[in-house]
Amino acid sequence: MFPILSSLIILPLIGSLFLIFIRSSEKNTSLKYVALFITFTNFFLSLYLWKIFDPSISTFQFVENRIWIEGFINYKVGIDGISILFVILTTFITPLCIISVNSTITYRLKEFLIAILIMETLMIGVFCSLDLVIFYLFFEGGLIPMFLIIGIWGGNRRVYSAFKFFLFTLVGSVLMLVAIIAIYWISGTTDIEKLYELGIQEEYQKLLWLAFFSSFAVKTPMWPVHTWLPDAHVEAPTAGSVLLAAILLKMAGYGFIRFSVGLFPLASIYFVPLVYSLSLIAIIYTSLVALMQEDMKKLIAYSSVAHMGFVTLGIFTFTQQGIEGSIFQMISHGLISAALFLSVGVVYDRLKTRQIKDFSGLVNIMPKYAIVMMIFTLGALGLPGTSGFIGEFLVLMGTFKKSIITAAIASIGVILGAAYMLWLYKRVVFGNLLKTIDIKKMVDLNKYETLILSSLAILIIVFGFYPEPLIKTYATSIDNFINTINVTTELSLIEKIK
Amino acid sequence: MSNLYFIIPELFISLSVMALLVLGVFKNNSSKIIFYLSCLIILVSLAINLNINITQTIFLFNNSYLVDQLSLFIKSIIMISAFFVMFCSYNYVRVNNILKIEYPILILCSLLGMLVMISSNDLIVFYIGLELQSLALYVLASFNRDNILSSESGLKYFVLSALSSGLLLYGCSLIYGFSNSTNFNEISQNFNFEYGVIFGMVFVIVGLAFKISAVPFHMWAPDVYQGSPTSVTVLFAILPKIAALTVFIKFLYGPFINLFEEWQAIIIFLSVASMILGAVAAIGQKNLKRLIAYSSISHMGYALAGLTTGTNQGIQSSIIYLIIYLIMNLAFFSCLFMLKRKDKFYENIEDLSGLSKKHPILALSFLIILFSLAGIPPLAGFFAKFYIFMAVIQKEMYFLAIVGLLATVIAAFYYLRVIKIIYFDPEQEKFDTAMSLGLKLTLILSTSAILMYFLNPNFLNKYITNILVI
Repeated sequence: MFPILSSLIILPLIGSLFLIFIRSSEKNTSLKYVALFITFTNFFLSLYLWKIFDPSISTFQFVENRIWIEGFINYKVGIDGISILFVILTTFITPLCIISVNSTITYRLKEFLIAILIMETLMIGVFCSLDLVIFYLFFEGGLIPMFLIIGIWGGNRRVYSAFKFFLFTLVGSVLMLVAIIAIYWISGTTDIEKLYELGIQEEYQKLLWLAFFSSFAVKTPMWPVHTWLPDAHVEAPTAGSVLLAAILLKMAGYGFIRFSVGLFPLASIYFVPLVYSLSLIAIIYTSLVALMQEDMKKLIAYSSVAHMGFVTLGIFTFTQQGIEGSIFQMISHGLISAALFLSVGVVYDRLKTRQIKDFSGLVNIMPKYAIVMMIFTLGALGLPGTSGFIGEFLVLMGTFKKSIITAAIASIGVILGAAYMLWLYKRVVFGNLLKTIDIKKMVDLNKYETLILSSLAILIIVFGFYPEPLIKTYATSIDNFINTINVTTELSLIEKIK
Repeated sequence: MSNLYFIIPELFISLSVMALLVLGVFKNNSSKIIFYLSCLIILVSLAINLNINITQTIFLFNNSYLVDQLSLFIKSIIMISAFFVMFCSYNYVRVNNILKIEYPILILCSLLGMLVMISSNDLIVFYIGLELQSLALYVLASFNRDNILSSESGLKYFVLSALSSGLLLYGCSLIYGFSNSTNFNEISQNFNFEYGVIFGMVFVIVGLAFKISAVPFHMWAPDVYQGSPTSVTVLFAILPKIAALTVFIKFLYGPFINLFEEWQAIIIFLSVASMILGAVAAIGQKNLKRLIAYSSISHMGYALAGLTTGTNQGIQSSIIYLIIYLIMNLAFFSCLFMLKRKDKFYENIEDLSGLSKKHPILALSFLIILFSLAGIPPLAGFFAKFYIFMAVIQKEMYFLAIVGLLATVIAAFYYLRVIKIIYFDPEQEKFDTAMSLGLKLTLILSTSAILMYFLNPNFLNKYITNILVI
C-alpha cells in the first residue's frame, strides 16, 4: 500500500530541504512558489485521503508500522475519524500562512518558509502518530521552529515571548515524558492501539493523567498556565500567530481526547471537577480580560483561551454531543482564529500598529475588509449560521446533560464572547474615520488577502449551515470511543463492587 | 608473549611516544610533522585495536590487566575522539603558538594513560594509568604559558587533582588493607561488609567524581575550561570523562557490586547535585567555555543517573549518553574554533551576536548543537536523556527522573540564551571564513550525526547491547 500518511508527513520536510538549495533572489518569488507548490500538494493529498477515508470504520486506517528502535518503539502512524480532520486543517492553514507572508515577512524569507514547512511536518506528525514516543517527538519538536518564528520575526518583546513559550511548554512536556516512559514499563508497550486494548491499571491512572494533563493544559492553554499565549500571539508574526492559534492549540485538545481520556478513562472521570472548574474560569475570566484589552491581537489571544475552555469542557463531558462539539469547536476555532489573526495582520501591515484606539471607521475606506471581518466576528461569537455556533452549542448541550450549573455558567461566557467581539468590531470598523489614519496606506484588501480571507469566510459559513461532512467523518469513531470508555468504567465499577 | 598480543595498541603508542621524542630532539622545527604523525599514530592504534577479536574476557599479567568487549569499545571511542580533537584543533594550535613538539606527545601520553586505566583490573595499574593521564593533562592545561589564565588553570588543576589523587590512593590503600588484595576480582571475593572497605570505596568514588567533575567536586572545571587553550579544553571535556566514567562502571559493577545499596545513595546524590548545579550555575556565564563547563557538569549528572540503576539497561544508557555527549561536545568546540577573526579566537557569548546573518551555516550548526545539548527532540541529545530516564524509571526512581527533567528545563534556558544571541541580536563584524579541512569535516560529521541520529537509533543500541555482557 502506498504510505500516504508518511508522505504527508515527509513532503514538507523534503520541501524545506529543497528550499535550502534555492538561491534567494531579490523578490524571492521562486521560494514562495516552491513552498506554495509543496503545501498545496500536501493539501490535495490530504483531501484525497479524506475521500478514500472510510468514515464507517471506527478503527485506525492507513496504518503504517515500521520498526524504529528494535523491540521497543515502532514508527506507527494511522488516522481515524478524529485525527483526519486535524490533518486536513493543518494542510489547509499552512498554505494560507505562506500566502500571507507576502506582506508580513520582509527579511530572511527563506528561513521563515523553511521553519513553516518543518512546522507542518511536525504538526501532521502529531495528529498521525499512534505511538506515544513518536507523538512526543513530534509534539516537542515543534518547539524549535516555533521558538525561532517568534524570536526572529516577532515584534518588540519577541525574545521574552519566545522564551516564555518555550519554557512553559517544556516544563509541561517533560512530565509527560516521565509518564510515557512509566507507561512503557507498566504496560510493556507505547503503542496506542495496544494500550487501548490492554488498558492501564487504575492505581497508576491518576498520576499518569496528571502528568499528561500538565503538558496539555499548558498547550491548550488552560487557566492558570495560559499566560504564555497572549505574549506569544502578540509578538509572533501573523503567520506564526495563525499556526499557533489554528493548529498548535489543537494538538492539546486532540491530546486530551486521544490520550487523557482514551488511555485513562477512570482518572479522567475522577478529575472532571478539576477540568470543569479550570475550563469555567478560563471561559469567564479570560473573556473578562479580553474585554479590557487594548491590543487587537491580545484580545483575540484571550478569546482563544476562552474558546479552548469550551473544548476542554466538552471533552470531559464524555457524551457524544460534548466530544463531537469539542472537535467541531476546535476545527471551527482553527478557521476563525486563523482568520481573525490574518485580519489583524492586514491592518497591522498597513499602519504598523495593533492598538484598538488607533483605528476607527475602517468601513469607510475598506469595505471588503469590513465584510469579511464581520463574518469572522460573528463566527467568533458563535452566531447561528457560522461554524462557531455549532461547536459551542453541541458542547453546551453535552455539558447540560452532566451538570446544569456548569452549562449555565459556560453560557455566560458566550454572552461575554459576543460582548468583546462586537465591541472590538464596533471600535475598529464602525464610527468615524480617525484623522490620524493615513488613507493612502489603508487600501482595501489586495488579491492575495481577499483570496485567503474569503476562502476562510466561505468555509466558516458553509460549515455553519452544513456541518454534516465534518460530523459524519468522526461520528463513528467517537461512538466507538465513548463505548470503550463506558465499558471500562463499568468494568471497574463491577470490580469494585465485587 | 601471548599476553602482549592484546596490548599492542598501548605498546604501539608508548613506543611511538619515545620515537617522537627522539625525532623532536634531533630534527629542528619538527613540531608540525610530529603533530601529523601523532594523528597517524592514533589512527594506526585505532586500526590495531579494532582488529583485536576476543570472544571472552581476557586477563593478562596475573589478572592485573583485562581486555573485554567493553574496554575495547571504549578504547576505540577514545581514540576516535582523540583523533578528531587533534584533527580539528590544528589551526588553533598553530595560530596560538602552542605548536611545540611536546604538545602532541603529551596528548599521546594522556591517551596512553586512559587506555591503561580502562583496561586495568588492579588498583595499582589503575592508579598508574590515572596518574599518567592526569600528569600529561596538567602540563597541557598550562601549555599556553605566557597566558596568565592558562598558567593559573594548570596550577589549579594540578593542586586540586593531586588532592583528589591523594584521596583516591588513600581509598585504595584502605581497600587493600581490608580485603587483602589489590586485584579487582579478589577484592570482590574477599571482602565482608567492613566499614573500612566502604570508606575506601567512598574515597575512590570521590577521586573519580573529581575526574568527571561531578558536584561537589566540580570547582576546578569552569576555571580550567576557561583558562586552558581551547584545543586542550575540548580534550578535557571529552577524553578523561569517558575514561573516568568507564572506570566508574567497572568499579561499581565489579568489585563493589555487593555494596550496591551503599554506593547507590552516593551516586544518586552526585547525580542530582550535578544536574541541578550544572543547570543553575550556567545561567549567569558570559564565556562560552565556562558555559560548556557547567553544561558538562550537568551532563555528567545525567550519565551518572544511568549508573544508579544497577541494571544492564542503566549502564547501556550511560554509555550511549557518553557517546552522544562526546559527539555534541566535539561539534560545539569545532564551532568555537571557527570563531576566528584575524588570528584571534573569540570565546565570549556576546561575540556570537547576530551570527546567523553572515554565517548562516555555522549558526545553524550552533542551533542544532545547542538544542541537542538542551535535549529537545528529535536531536540526538534527546535520545541520550531518553534512554537514561528509561532506565531510571524502570527502577521506579521517579524522584530522580523528575528532578533530572526539570533540570533540563532550567538548562534549556541558558542554551536558549545563546541561541537568542545568535539569531535574534544585531549582527557584528564577520568572522574569517577560510577554515581548515579537518575542522570543517569534524563539524559536518558531528553535526549531521546529531541531526540524523533519529533516523536509525538502532545502530548504536545494538552495538552496545552486544558488548555489554556483565
